[in-house]
Amino acid sequence: MFYRETGQFRTSYAQDSQILPLRQDRIGMAFLLLAAIMIPFVANAYWLSAIMIPWLILSLVALGQNILMGYAGQLSLGSAGFMAVGAFSCYNFILRIDGIPFIVAVILSGVCAALVGIVFGLPSLRIRGLYLAVATLASQFFIVWSLDKFGWFKNYDPSGVITAQKIVIMGYTLDTPAQKYWVVLGIVAVLALLAKNMARGSVGRGWMAVRDMDVAAEVTGLSLLRTKLQAFAISSFYCGVGGALFAFAYLQTVEPSAFTIDLSFRILFMVIIGGLGTIIGSFLGAGFILLVPIFMNIFFHGLFGHAVDASIISASEQVLFGVMIISFMIFEPLGLARLWQLTKERLRLWPFKH
Amino acid sequence: MTGFLFFIEVLVGGLLSGVMYALVALGFVLIYKASSVFNFAQGAMVLFAVLSFVGIMELGLPFWAALLAAIGLMVLVGMATERFVLRPLVSQNEDTLLMATIGLTFVIEGVAQLAWGVDVRNLDLGIRDEPIGWVMDKTGMLISQLDIMAGIVAGAMVTALALLFSRTKIGRGLRAVADDHTAALSIGIPLKHIWMLVWATAGVVALVAGMLWGARSGVQFALVWVALKALPVLIIGGFTSIPGVIIAGLLVGASEKTIEVYFGPYFGGGVEVWFPYVLAVFFLLIRPEGLFGEKIIRRV
Repeated sequence: MFYRETGQFRTSYAQDSQILPLRQDRIGMAFLLLAAIMIPFVANAYWLSAIMIPWLILSLVALGQNILMGYAGQLSLGSAGFMAVGAFSCYNFILRIDGIPFIVAVILSGVCAALVGIVFGLPSLRIRGLYLAVATLASQFFIVWSLDKFGWFKNYDPSGVITAQKIVIMGYTLDTPAQKYWVVLGIVAVLALLAKNMARGSVGRGWMAVRDMDVAAEVTGLSLLRTKLQAFAISSFYCGVGGALFAFAYLQTVEPSAFTIDLSFRILFMVIIGGLGTIIGSFLGAGFILLVPIFMNIFFHGLFGHAVDASIISASEQVLFGVMIISFMIFEPLGLARLWQLTKERLRLWPFKH
Repeated sequence: MTGFLFFIEVLVGGLLSGVMYALVALGFVLIYKASSVFNFAQGAMVLFAVLSFVGIMELGLPFWAALLAAIGLMVLVGMATERFVLRPLVSQNEDTLLMATIGLTFVIEGVAQLAWGVDVRNLDLGIRDEPIGWVMDKTGMLISQLDIMAGIVAGAMVTALALLFSRTKIGRGLRAVADDHTAALSIGIPLKHIWMLVWATAGVVALVAGMLWGARSGVQFALVWVALKALPVLIIGGFTSIPGVIIAGLLVGASEKTIEVYFGPYFGGGVEVWFPYVLAVFFLLIRPEGLFGEKIIRRV
């Protein structure tokens, strides 16, 4: 009744290519952004630092994974490795370059991750599908191993972990959860907008052409080399920035083994459950994968008191994730994003049937 | 002991642990050949199989009864997988199937831990994981009995599977289904039964692999990571070739152990964690279809 396009005409090309052509969508988006900015005024520190901050950061990483997997169709199991590159290079930039602005360090660490991503993306020129997944496993294990074994990356810290420096922007030290949240929100919002525009522009069309049929894409004049490596670079950039934020705004003390293959699988699940090849899906999927364990914890404790073994909860969580993946593959391969889209279409006609 | 004998010892140790990788990889090949599904969950099946076996033994059943029960359980798991995961996804593309089996991995791992707990268990097969006495006396090399036993079991299993594939009616059906499942269906080969059979066989192979691994390093969750090493083995050997995975398993086992022993110390060890994957990538760059895989032909 309220959500329909009647009376909204597009009279120029600029209007035709808006991200949100519907007035209602724009209003909704404005509210969402406003709400996101205002959250620290209502939420307590636990909510901010245990849910909102990791949600946004993991959404960013999922976005990176989605660019590679959902848009460019290159299956990757190495996203946690690229996050590790981002986290550790950000630490080293701030440690070794005096007075480097935080944002510049984050961007540079994304660039580092992108370079590593290009190297490990090279095999994608010859192989695809599962074979590529194994090649990205190589990057996953190799990166975590080298961060573990070469002390330089960790500034020879005897404990084998690094402690992320304080976030300093324009001379102000940001160390409350709210301030960190705003930094993360700003970076994620800008990068998400960028991703949206890449995805709907010529870059994204190139990726999708390669995903749908790479031989045909090549025949139409697309350079496979460029498109695939571009996808790897941009995806790893997102993962790297996400990793840097993960270390600086969320974990604080980081060891290489925080970025295991388990995390990579989790990110993969976010993308699959959220919806391959959609921006909103990355956010929905990340929220889902992050929140389900928390809710399950509360649920189990509410049901059986505190007597439940943690291993039982984590095992049931695994079963649940697995069942969800299989059911999404069978019933809704396009994920939560598709459900959201269906809801919107339903809403357009409501209260009528069609 | 001379350097050469030490090299032989390392090499033999590597080759025999390669046999174990090959055993895990064998399960993958069986399923891939028959249904072109890449069963990522094979590693989890290895864990589940051996955990169940040990769990049933702990209930007080004798070895053979526990073995039979575990085999029965794996057959059930295989059939359930076929029924509830693969049949609804039939004729989907390979990536979707792969992701579904990744989901299956999590289900099986979770169920295994829920059912049997997370403790490390010992598995006593009656073969001790100790160096063989006379080899040690004669040459000074340490070669484990268990490794030799694993080699023999693997050899027997491969022979049995090869005979099953080439000599029996079921084997002919399997090969027909592998070749073109629509055509096989149209001449009256019962596709569902064949697939169930393949999954059940893969489950039994997983049990054998799991028992050997479990006797070596304890029955524990970490087996899943060992099983992940079967992936580079598969890539090197080719997804569809049984001799391929055996040779590739030996290659991976031997090379990772030699590299670890001779070059690992320079980097503080742990090279074998990633070496097989990097080796697989190099193989892929030279021969994308693996050593014995079928040539990949792509059409628009």
